[in-house]
Amino acid sequence: MSNSIDQVFVHAKQWLLSSLTGSPGWVVQVASILINIFMLLAVFLTLFALISVLERKILARMQNRYGPNRVGPFGLFQPIADGIKMLIKEDIVPARADKIVHFLAPVHIAAVAILTLGVIPYGRNMTPFTIDGGILFFFAVGSATELAVFMAGWGSNNKFSMLGAMRAIAQMFSYELPLIITALPVVMVVGSLTPDRIVAAQAGYTFDLVPRWFVFTPWGAAAFVLFFVSGLVESNRTPFDVPEGESEIVAGHMTEYSGFKYATFFMAEYIGMFAVSGLATTLFLGGWHAPARILEIIPSYVWFFVKLGSLLFVYIWVRGTLPRTRIDQMMNFAWKFMLPMAFTCVIAAAVWHYAGRGLRGWLWSFLVIAIVYTALSTLLDTRRKFAPRVYRFAE
Amino acid sequence: MNSAALIIIAVFTLAAALAAATLRKLMHAALSLVVVFVGIAALFFLLGAEFVGLALVFIYVGAVAVLVVFTILLTPRDVGKDRGFNWGGAIVAVAVFGGLTWSILNTQSLAVVAPHMPALTVKQIGKTLMTIYVWPLQCVGLLLTAALIGALILVMEEKR
Repeated sequence: MSNSIDQVFVHAKQWLLSSLTGSPGWVVQVASILINIFMLLAVFLTLFALISVLERKILARMQNRYGPNRVGPFGLFQPIADGIKMLIKEDIVPARADKIVHFLAPVHIAAVAILTLGVIPYGRNMTPFTIDGGILFFFAVGSATELAVFMAGWGSNNKFSMLGAMRAIAQMFSYELPLIITALPVVMVVGSLTPDRIVAAQAGYTFDLVPRWFVFTPWGAAAFVLFFVSGLVESNRTPFDVPEGESEIVAGHMTEYSGFKYATFFMAEYIGMFAVSGLATTLFLGGWHAPARILEIIPSYVWFFVKLGSLLFVYIWVRGTLPRTRIDQMMNFAWKFMLPMAFTCVIAAAVWHYAGRGLRGWLWSFLVIAIVYTALSTLLDTRRKFAPRVYRFAE
Repeated sequence: MNSAALIIIAVFTLAAALAAATLRKLMHAALSLVVVFVGIAALFFLLGAEFVGLALVFIYVGAVAVLVVFTILLTPRDVGKDRGFNWGGAIVAVAVFGGLTWSILNTQSLAVVAPHMPALTVKQIGKTLMTIYVWPLQCVGLLLTAALIGALILVMEEKR
């Protein structure tokens, strides 16, 4: 019974395709791909609408106010109203802008964001596109985002846009390195770049109790935290939203965009957030596996989206809590702390593997992480105290 | 289906290449070049060489393209100055094209039907790189690290 609910979407797709029997092979192939793409878009655009209103609600709760509560029950139809507003807004293109590049930038950024969603396994037998090097595909396609941001900044022909684009590219490049290197230990331990294999490697329970997710190993926990922080930067979310910095450069590379093009940028940002969270779930949180044996009756895709949802909640929580960092703080943090720690995770994973993947490996890799972490924090401690603030402008 | 895909990708890539060579604005030419990279990566995918295709996207679209675009951004623009037809470039292009065509037509391997190869997995490539070609790999790594440190030293602020 639970198995049929678990596979309900897979069976539905097979049933749809079975009506095509007798037609040539490529028709079935194309139809299968189109069904996957359609489902992916339907699910994630709905999730985007839902998250955009939930984020406002949660932020409002954190700041002790109501948030959107006028459209529909509890303000749940707010995204529909927003969508209609965005669609009928006037589309303004600056007279001196590079029209083609200005138009192509939002298209590019949305396409790239949606492409990265394709390789993540959403449930048992539910990977939209199975590629041998799926993890590599994710990072390869994701690295094209920087070009889209540059196109937006350049095409707008505006100094705020260009500054925002430069900042975005600088921070994305710096944090792409820890993002990729923290994914490496998982790939090393599993011995495969295929997301399905990585999820399969995290099945089962130690002592019949603790699931074998990589986040429960010392190297996995450290890598997960680093991956999450890098993901925050990659999606330009709040503690690291220097590229958008509303108070200084308006909206960064999106300054000159209005109406639906702005909405597309907004959507791409959120979908990028979903993709990075989805990959973090796949790599460290056991993908679609249930956290306990009794809970396996609940379908696999439910577990995936529960984990994705909790990660997204942390994203919103962080946004409601932390102030914006300065660009030099971010860069120092990336190169002096994140990168050495990411390499330490790789070494700790190797130590874990060669000490037998058991309790002994656990302790040894914990030791490696602890030593490097302590050494780095004492080394990087500037012992700077807060001095009384001096105001120079009023002298 | 594969031949249809090949024709579509080839036409797409060639059109982008032509645009990259002829477009007036330098930035548009650079962005067309990126399209060419993507097209070539798609060709590799079609041939079943996933890893090469992904590496091409990763390195060329993710890094080299941004480098090219930044170079254009940071160097002075001289739009409007028409330097006339670039004869030297044309001669070099024709020579390269001729040489490549001649060598392709003269290879023996084109005459035989390609043997059916099993699809190469990323794992096999990794194993080969880490066993047979481990020394060249290390040398390239060392060279790149040296280049990186050199670049850092070049841009480092001089402390007084």
